[in-house]
This record gives sequence, structure tokens and C-alpha cells, in this order.
Amino acid sequence: MSGPSDFQPTNPALKWIERRLPIMGLMHSSFVAYPTPRNLNYWWTFGAILSFMLGVQILTGVILAMHYTPHADMAFKSVELIVRDVNYGWLLRNIHASGASMFFFAVYIHMFRGLYYGSYKEPREVLWILGVIIYLLMMATGFMGYVLPWGQMSFWGATVITNLFSAVPYFGESIVTLLWGGYAVGNPTLNRFFSLHYLLPFVIAGVVVLHIWALHVAGQNNPAGVEPKTEKDTVPFTPYATMKDMFGVSCFLLFFAWFIFYMPNYLGDAENYIPANPAVTPAHIVPEWYYLPFYAILRSIPNKLAGVIAMFGAILILAFLPWLDSAKTRSSKYRPLAKQFFWMFVVVCIGLGYLGAQPPEGIYVIVGRILTFLYFAYFLILLPLLARIEKPRPVPNSIADDVLAKSGGKAPMVSAVIAVLMAGGLLVGGADSARAAEGGNKPPAQKWSFSGPFGKFDRGAMQRGLKVYKEVCASCHGLSFVAFRNLAEPGGPGYSVAQAQAFASEYKVKDGPNDQGEMFERPGRPADYFPSPFPNEQAARAANGGAFPPDLSLITKARSYGRGFPMFLIDFFTQYQEQGPDYVTALLQGYEDKPPAGFNLPEGSYFNTYFPGHAIKMPKPLNDGQVTYDDGSPATVAQYAKDVTHFLMWAAEPHMEARKQLGLQVFVFLILLTVLLYFTKKKVWANAH
Amino acid sequence: MTTASSADHPTRRDFLYVATGAVAAVGAAATVWPLVSQMNPDASTVAAGAPIEVDLTPIAEGQDIKVFWRGKPIYISHRTKKQIEEARKVPVSSLPDPQSDEQRVKPGHDQWLVVVGICTHLGCIPIAHEGAYDGFFCPCHGSVYDTSGRIRQGPAPTNLPVPPYTFVSDTKIQIG
Ligand code: FES
Repeated sequence: MSGPSDFQPTNPALKWIERRLPIMGLMHSSFVAYPTPRNLNYWWTFGAILSFMLGVQILTGVILAMHYTPHADMAFKSVELIVRDVNYGWLLRNIHASGASMFFFAVYIHMFRGLYYGSYKEPREVLWILGVIIYLLMMATGFMGYVLPWGQMSFWGATVITNLFSAVPYFGESIVTLLWGGYAVGNPTLNRFFSLHYLLPFVIAGVVVLHIWALHVAGQNNPAGVEPKTEKDTVPFTPYATMKDMFGVSCFLLFFAWFIFYMPNYLGDAENYIPANPAVTPAHIVPEWYYLPFYAILRSIPNKLAGVIAMFGAILILAFLPWLDSAKTRSSKYRPLAKQFFWMFVVVCIGLGYLGAQPPEGIYVIVGRILTFLYFAYFLILLPLLARIEKPRPVPNSIADDVLAKSGGKAPMVSAVIAVLMAGGLLVGGADSARAAEGGNKPPAQKWSFSGPFGKFDRGAMQRGLKVYKEVCASCHGLSFVAFRNLAEPGGPGYSVAQAQAFASEYKVKDGPNDQGEMFERPGRPADYFPSPFPNEQAARAANGGAFPPDLSLITKARSYGRGFPMFLIDFFTQYQEQGPDYVTALLQGYEDKPPAGFNLPEGSYFNTYFPGHAIKMPKPLNDGQVTYDDGSPATVAQYAKDVTHFLMWAAEPHMEARKQLGLQVFVFLILLTVLLYFTKKKVWANAH
Repeated sequence: MTTASSADHPTRRDFLYVATGAVAAVGAAATVWPLVSQMNPDASTVAAGAPIEVDLTPIAEGQDIKVFWRGKPIYISHRTKKQIEEARKVPVSSLPDPQSDEQRVKPGHDQWLVVVGICTHLGCIPIAHEGAYDGFFCPCHGSVYDTSGRIRQGPAPTNLPVPPYTFVSDTKIQIG
């Protein structure tokens, strides 16, 4: 894309094609011979990382769409079936779901890099604006993708975000109805979001082509911010930039794989493992971490329309950056003041992200307003002002001079910054889990055999837990995503196929209609799912004093509690993610016969130390000696609670052992690849210095 | 690229490049596996393909029923004496896909023909009791099967396949 190429294939067939469609010449001039500044640092590899992530998301997304059902009644279930039944479905879903976060993580670094080194300045304004457009498209795509699993956060996120448009004067309501295709978020909304979520990534890919085209016309910026002048200032894209990018992507994959295999739910919200319910809004609606700074801006303005304008303005203002910052010097390296303010701005953004996850009350609102002001002040006051008053340091004469001047190496600086950014990202990401289970005590952390990178289920505990479920819980709670055949699958409770079959045949399953058109009951088969105790939600409520006993298939993933700062940061490294099981076990043991003095227990409720709000409708379900164990384990409430939780953890993620095993293999492989790429890259670059 | 320094250790450098390339290629190949494997039937589909039992008592002589197993129609025909005779009369060697009628039914249950009702030409469903041989006739491109489900005429290359099945009792079979 940088002018005519002198590339000529020697093979006559290729020559024939090349004369008619010079595509090989285009590729050669764009990705092989293309001169790239020789002083690029690792921040520049994020462009390649982003292209890679776009490819990953499109590929896994197209595959997931083969198994997904975009219907309000079936979407949630179809996602669960992907994870449970499709070959490697759990892997593909984890890649796609955490891939979205990785994509945003990379794009934020890419944007901050552009900001720091002045990559938006003349002649790269169009390149930068195309980037802002890609970012906007990414936000729309990410949002609609998050709606598709149709959990509680999907549904209420969709409601809140679409309602933003109701702030538009006069037409607001009509616009929102148009977006929904109904009087509320519902099946038509889900269908159109699915369609658009499939379309937009290809639009992004198109704009990325324009982005790269513009890049290859203007040429890459570089840390020194001076344009290449002679041959000495550049190296050919291949092998130099290619090898460096591959090494960068490989390092990024290590980070990515940590989420895929070990922390798949770290960045997600437990609430989204509860199927969408239009009648109940979750206590805290929190968007995905990558929207949090803008969410904080929205909430800090006390006027609906103004808040929406501020939120969109915060993004759109980026497009005007080339004209707001009119300083001649590009790179902040040579702008002592701009450099310091840049880092303050980074802190402001992370701070806004943190606030976006906090409840909008008290001190959070005040700090939110201050940071919102600082955010806009950076663009509207500070940058224009700095351009006029700042005295930049002299820039190097050429890129070659810059390279010679800093052969001391700045590696420590780069890694320090990566550490800061990662901590910031995690702070914001983990902020999700920082939301406390309000009014409930924190459950004590238990030791689980399935925690950690080598965690495995305990077959004995699972078999006992199944017994507890069957004899106690099953009278009110369903387990509708678990089939009898699962009991005999690898990684499960360790029953044989015959045992699972015998277990299934003890159940009566409704089938039909038969030839006479009537429904009939027959003994269960391995392919059947655990039958639910009530035919529908209304019947369940009627039998339980108005409360709906939730289905237990996903309960250990759908419940969580706040870990608080700094625990959730430490959790990322220790792979702690057992909030759900800890909570469920604690709840089962958390009953008090008498509520503490002064606590007003509503009629028909029971006091539970760990239940949010303490008043739970479920009577104390477990008592000592209630279930007989034949393996000599103590028949106590504590043991029952732990066993049934163990079983339910498996029920929520039957492929957990496979996930951790494959994770280990992938990590061994990736570390080997990264080391090899590092040395290859070093060998290749040895010739350039 | 070709400076003096790189010429110093040509073998070591080449080994590094080859090793890196090989490891990357292995990784790429291993990545393709789950991406392709996900297209195979998922676990619930496989489980739903478990054997089924069919009660034969309601099927009168000369009648047939169609049941579904693994998403495929299975014809179960209660053949008349005449139909069985017709099927056994024809010399096996004269058939396009030589197979005797005895090979296609269970011994002692000669009256029961169980075949997969999918034309071996291109997958249409043949109609029972049609065609010149009183067996099956496929309307798509005119393949004709006899009372043993063997191809007699038309473009289909082979006989209608017999699914795996066993007699649980005299009046009950298990398919699969
Ligand atoms: S499909 Fe039956 S004849 Fe072609």
C-alpha cells in the first residue's frame, strides 16, 4: 500500500496472475519490503496483537454462532449446552468471552501509546480518526455480544444502555422502541443484536484495512517522533517487525491463556449465570470493565441528557485530539510537562474505571465528578495550553541518532509501565467482584480439592453430594442442565455407564405424545436430564411461600461475594475463584435459631448469617444424621454442606478438569514458543544494530 | 541480513529458525483440532442416538411402519408370504448388489424386514409398496427396490442398508 512495488514473481503462473491482479506485489510492499522505523519499542506490537485478536474473535464467534440459538427462551440454555456438550465448546466460549476483554485491554494500550507518542499529529489525523471509529464499533460489538447469553446482566445491561437513547429530546422514546422492536427488551431485541453482533466485526475488519492503508501512506510514527529521513532510519517489515510482532503476540497469548484456562470467570459477572428475568433487576448493574470509565462519567452528571452527552462526548473528543493538541513536538519523551500530565491522565482513567464499579453514593459521587472534570480538562484545557507554554527538549536529528543515543536500553521502564497498567486493568476488572454481597457476612474461605491450577474433583465427595442433592435438595430445586449420562462422563463423579443407567431408571420422566396423542411417564434414560420438582415457576412459588427455589445447575457460579481490595488482585495470581462454593457451603450452615436482638425477621422467613439481607425463605435444609453415608464419612451438616457444594461445583462446570489439564499443556507449549521466538527475534535483530 | 556476524554460526542460527518454525507449526496444527472437532455431533446428540425399542404387535401382515432412529427413518415391514417368496425366488447373482434375502433378515423372523429408508442414490425417502417389485420406489430419480429392500432398477448403487438391530422378544426389537 505504499506505492508501486518492484516485486516480480519468477514462477510463470504467478507472473501471469500478477500482471492481471498485482496482489502479491501489494502484499510484498505492505508486509515485507515496507520500511518500518528501526527504533520502535514493544508498545508498537499492540497493532499486530489487535489484528490477531480480531481474527481470533471472528473465528471463534463464527463457530459459536453455529451452536447458538438467538431466542429469548433458548439463548441461555444454548450457551450452556455449548459449554457442556459441544466438543471443546467450553474452550471456544472461554476464548471468545475473555477474548473480548483482551481485545479491549490491547486497544487501550494501543490508544495510550498513540496519546503518549503523539501518533495522532499531522500527517496522521485520518489514521487516528479511523482508530476512534474502530474503537466505537468495538464498543457496540462488545455490548451486543454481552447481551447474547441472555443472563441477568445481559438483559439489564441491554435495558440500561438502550435507555440511554431515551435522553434524546422529543424522539427519545420512539428511538428506544425502535431499538427494542417492542415495548421492552425482548426476543426481537435479542435477534437484532445477534444479527448486528455478527455483522459489526466485519465492518471493523473493513475499517482496519483503511486504518492500515492510512498507516502505510503516512508511515509509522516512532518513539522519537521524527520522520525517517534515510535508509539508515528504517528496516524492512519482514523479518524485523514480523519477528518482533510474533514475539509480542506470543507473550500476549500467555496472558490471554491465563484467563482462558484458569480464570475464565474472573472478568465476568456471577449475575450473568442467572437466566434473564424481566421482573427482577440485580442489586448492582455494572457493565463490563472496559466500559466502566464512561459509565462513571455518565453517573457523575446529575442530569439525564447531560450525562449521556458527557459519556458519548468523552469518546468523541478523542477524534478532535489532533486539533486540540497543536504542539509541534510529537513524542512526550521530549515534552517534560506533557509527559507528567499524560501519566496523571492514565491515573484519572483508571480511577474513573474503579468508580464505575462502585455504588453511586457518598464519596464515590464526589470523586467521580472531580475525575470527570479532570478527564475533560485534560483535552480541553491542558493540551491546548501546553502547546502554547511548554518548552520541549530538542528532538534527535534522525531515528538512527535516537537508536545510538539510547543503546543503554529502557527495558526496566517498559516492564514497570506494563506492571502499572496490568495492575490498573486488574483493579478495574476485579472491581466487579469488589461489590459486596450487601447485608450478608463474608463466608469463610474453604479448602477445595478442585481449586488451583492442578485442582481435581473428589469423587467420594461428589457421590455423597449427589446423594444429599437427591434426598434433600431435589424436593424443591431442579438441576435441569445436568443429564444422567453426565454422571458417567470423565471428570464427573466417577460412575460407570451401567450405574448411570440404573440411576436414571429410578426416575420417572414425562415423554410423549404417544400414538394416541397422550403424554406418558417412562423410566429415565441416560440421555434424560434431572427432572425439575415443579412444572413451572408459578407452581414452585405457590408451594414455597412465594419464593422461587433456584435451579442448582449453575448455583456455584451464579453466587459470589466481594473479596475486597487487595484480595481480588491477589486472587488473580493465586487463581482463587471459589467464591461461589464458599458462599453455598456457608449458607447451608449459616442458620441461626434466633435472629440477633433487634433484627426484624419477616413472617415466613428464617435467619441466615450469610444470606444477603439475612432473611431467607428456605427453611434450614440440613440436619445432622439426615442422610446416611455408606463410606463412613461423618453424617454432619458441615459434611453434607461441603459434599453437596462439591457436587454442585461439578454440575456447574463438568469440564473443569479438562480445562485445567489442557491449560497446563498449553502453558508448557506457549512458554517454549515464546522463548524460541525471543531468541529468533534477537538473532534477526542482531543484524540491524 | 547477510552480514559477517550471521555467517559465523550458520548451523546454530539455522537450527534456531527451524526449531521455532517447527514449534509454531505444531501449535497451529494443534489449534486446528478443536476448531474442526466442534463440528462433530455434540454429546447430547450422541446420547439421543441411543438404541430404541419398537413393539411389533400393532403391525399387521402386509403393513409397515416408519420409526426414527438417529434422525433417520427406519422402515419395519411385516411381509406377506408372497413377498417373502418373491424376494427369495430371484437368483442372487443377477442382482446389481448381490445379497440373499436370508442375509437381510434375522433367522426365524423371516416376515420382518427392517431397513434404513434412505435411498442409496442421493438420500431421498423411497415410498413403500410401490414400484414394479412390490418393494420400495424412490420418486426422486426412479430407483426401484424389491421386497427385500434390494436395488433392482435405477441409479441407486446399493441395497437399502439394514440397521443394527436384535429381537428382544418375538414381538419386540431393539434398533441400535
Ligand atoms: S435419491 Fe432415490 S433415486 Fe435418486
